[in-house]
Amino acid sequence: MTKILVVDDSNSIRDMVSFTLKSAGFETTEAKDGVEGLNKAKAGNYDLVISDINMPNMDGIALCTELRKLPSFKFTPILMLTTESSPEMKMRGKTAGATGWLVKPFNPEKLLATIKRVVR
Amino acid sequence: MSIDLSQFIPSFLEESFEGLELMESSLLNLDAGDNEIINSIFRAAHSIKGGAGTFGFDNVTEFTHLVETLLDEIRDGRRDITAKDTELLLVSVDCMRLLIEAARDDADYDQDKITETTHLLEQTLEIDGPASHIEIAKSDEDTQEPAGKIWHITFIPEHHLVQTGNDPLLLFSALADLGELTLKAKTDLLPAITEMDATELYISWELSLISDASEEDIREVFEWVEDECKLEIVELEVSPKSSSSETQDSLRNSASVDPEISDSQTALVTEQPASAIQSSEKIEKIEKNKTKTKQDSGSIRVGVDKVDSLINLMGELVITQSMLSELGNDFEISKLEKLKSGLDQLLQNTKELQESVMKIRMLPISFAFNRFPRLVHDLSIKTGKEINLVIRGEQTELDKTVMEQIGDPLVHLVRNAVDHGIESSDMRIANGKPKSGTITLDAYHQGGNIIIEISDDGGGINREAVLSKAIEKGLVDSGATLSDSQVFDLLFEPGFSTAKEISDISGRGVGMDVVKRNIQSLGGRIQVESQPGIGSKFKVNLPLTLAILDGQLVRVGTEVYIIPLITIVESLQAKEEFINKVSGDMTLYRLRDDNVPVIPIYQLFDLPADTKEVNNALLVVVEADGQKVGLLVDDLLAQQQVVIKSLKDNYQQVEGISGATILGDGSVAMILDVPGMIEMAMKRAQEKQNEHILEGALV
Amino acid sequence: MDIQALAKDIPEQGEYSLEGIDFITSGKQYLTFLLGEEQYAVDILCVEEIRSWEQPTVIPNAPKYVKGVINMRGIIVPIIDLRLKFNIGQATYSDITVVIVLTVEIEDQSRTIGFVVDAVSDVLNAEDNEIKNSPYFGGCVPQSCIDGLINVGAKVVTLLNVETLQLIEKHKVD
Repeated sequence: MTKILVVDDSNSIRDMVSFTLKSAGFETTEAKDGVEGLNKAKAGNYDLVISDINMPNMDGIALCTELRKLPSFKFTPILMLTTESSPEMKMRGKTAGATGWLVKPFNPEKLLATIKRVVR
Repeated sequence: MSIDLSQFIPSFLEESFEGLELMESSLLNLDAGDNEIINSIFRAAHSIKGGAGTFGFDNVTEFTHLVETLLDEIRDGRRDITAKDTELLLVSVDCMRLLIEAARDDADYDQDKITETTHLLEQTLEIDGPASHIEIAKSDEDTQEPAGKIWHITFIPEHHLVQTGNDPLLLFSALADLGELTLKAKTDLLPAITEMDATELYISWELSLISDASEEDIREVFEWVEDECKLEIVELEVSPKSSSSETQDSLRNSASVDPEISDSQTALVTEQPASAIQSSEKIEKIEKNKTKTKQDSGSIRVGVDKVDSLINLMGELVITQSMLSELGNDFEISKLEKLKSGLDQLLQNTKELQESVMKIRMLPISFAFNRFPRLVHDLSIKTGKEINLVIRGEQTELDKTVMEQIGDPLVHLVRNAVDHGIESSDMRIANGKPKSGTITLDAYHQGGNIIIEISDDGGGINREAVLSKAIEKGLVDSGATLSDSQVFDLLFEPGFSTAKEISDISGRGVGMDVVKRNIQSLGGRIQVESQPGIGSKFKVNLPLTLAILDGQLVRVGTEVYIIPLITIVESLQAKEEFINKVSGDMTLYRLRDDNVPVIPIYQLFDLPADTKEVNNALLVVVEADGQKVGLLVDDLLAQQQVVIKSLKDNYQQVEGISGATILGDGSVAMILDVPGMIEMAMKRAQEKQNEHILEGALV
Repeated sequence: MDIQALAKDIPEQGEYSLEGIDFITSGKQYLTFLLGEEQYAVDILCVEEIRSWEQPTVIPNAPKYVKGVINMRGIIVPIIDLRLKFNIGQATYSDITVVIVLTVEIEDQSRTIGFVVDAVSDVLNAEDNEIKNSPYFGGCVPQSCIDGLINVGAKVVTLLNVETLQLIEKHKVD
């Protein structure tokens, strides 16, 4: 089963993303910030990471940078959730090694359509 | 698949309100100029905006976007924050709260305030015109382009493309969703095998796509890899616009020939109406949910540690239970000791379980205290007084229901302290005090109660002013000698107000009596201490929870009653010299300076009793509404915590009784409603008096 | 089926007439009990449990027929003596005195009350059409509490309305 790590400090968004993914048959693990996300990533294998950018403790960009340093996450798709659709924000994500981004607000259909682009 | 988003809305609302509180308290502490504070305010706004957009509260998104933009400028150092900005942000927080509350309750809101604040924000941001640039989720309803174009795409990825997690195959399958795709892989960039790195990509592709998609649609597929590849998209053949319907027809015809395309085409055609239906269903669901949230008595967020401790205790209980049942299977008298220790263990487990369950309803009082920094900030601007607010004991825990009901009385007490307590700066300086006054909120546990203190270092309560006002209002006789505490209690009399002018802060004299009544209805009490020139302190004493109370068990005849410990002043054995019979039937007991009326419970409740004579009898002196009475009882039993059960569920309200509880032996005991009993006794006395008057008239 | 003809046979008053047209109803079960010498019955679906008499905790200043409250598995349940309430027979309490605990949903709230009776006698099966209207000739039991009469052999059993019984303490003096 495809395992997805969902990192977001907002309970409602995290629940929504996780619920949507589970309904679509994915297995999800949740983390409430970058630090927890990184720890969970180190503890397990994931086929995809979906992370918010703005988070306390460790933001999504830093998480992405850290994840890419881990051998097991070298090729793992990482999607950033962002409300900023500005090119510079996207650049920051790309520089940190993110695969792509999903601009908020999004709905479950859009989320699943986007995920189809990174997991087989 | 349709996902019902409405189930996440309560959670979104909850965290939004938390976010707003954080924004507010951080804004009030902003003077420090700490970047981390700005960051956390920004994050909160950002989360609210993101969530609001996702859950369809577009007005919240629009408004919050402006707030976020302003915060972003501050965060990036493009703007120095001024006091004016802080005020504007505080007002904006109010507006966001207004909008979110309206969204929650599906109600109207003060549009003028929002418009005005929006305008102010735009002015500050120097944005002209309405916030039209805001991106609201655009559904894929892009006008359909003429169909049947052939696109030629050259895609030369950089070698490290796969290291960002992107997968060319998935890109191609996304393209295939747009139309008919054929691809040709090119290996001309392949290095010598010795130089090959397994983690790099050396292949490039030539693709051709027959699709009605626009160049933009195709570019969107490559959006994430734009910078890591060479991409050329060329349209090979443009079908004449005039015959677009024809082309569609021909496409459909060709679709029927080619089964593969037919699949994707029908999928495209049916998809849109389906999603439209889904979204209208969603709106309905969200609306339904809104009414649900309104009626919802509220959820409670429980820390995982509390749940864990419950589960642990549950585990222990199960172990004890299985141990006991095993013991019961083949019990011999020799195992009596084991049984006893098992039962002890059960008792311990139950007690701990009870405590843990009660803790679930307990929240730190910071939930109630949080609003005060803002309140005091606003009040100090309004009154021109400089005020420091000191908050202590925010982590003190309190039952959720009590918390919800104590909020308003506390607000009133704090307003009162600002308005009547703290003097103006000039007067403070003249009196040799620091220019800014201090209001302290403190909470701590004492016994089974929580004490909340609201103190100020102001001028104190003017005893003479209170007294003369009370005399003027006819609340006390002009000749009466009253103790300080009796004078201060006058403040809680209905209709009493010492403010020389009615101010819009602590209102018009309605208030303190309501404060007292609210506190009493929670089973609590309020006391005042004050020293001229030094300050005043209002001390609110509340039970930790409404579900449990500390009680004194007493016996009257064969019945056991429970007197709430919080009402008890003292228990004593009546001495003859202090007993006075007055007006024929009433017994007064002299307790220091007070004459305390004696209420024999057996009489009030019409019961058989052992003790009917007051002399030498046990009196439990209780106090309610400032009135002390002595309850005549047969015996004082244990003190214990009892769980309050309602009589109303299966029966009805009973005069003089606030509820019932189940004692250790399984029997039911009534909990006395002391204020109710005093009222009953007074009513009876009045009736009796009327009878006498009637009799007198007849004679 | 000639409903017109049937309707002629149906008494003008009472719930029976409505029930009577509805022929498909199957029989219900009723718990019968004794108050003095008289037989009474209640819908068995409302019976929570039958327990022996125990001295309840007194409710101050309650009417005489409200004997007090007991603890039934953590629920506070009031105990009402139907013999005192209806003034039938002698209100004596012994080991064989029985309390029938009834629960009904009234306006979304379930109410549980225990009723003291002299003895539980039987479970009775009765079709709705076997329930006859009670003639109004006074008597101790208020008409509102009676759903009808059921003939059992030569004897008659009075069917009590559990909902009105539950509201009994609302109007203290009938």
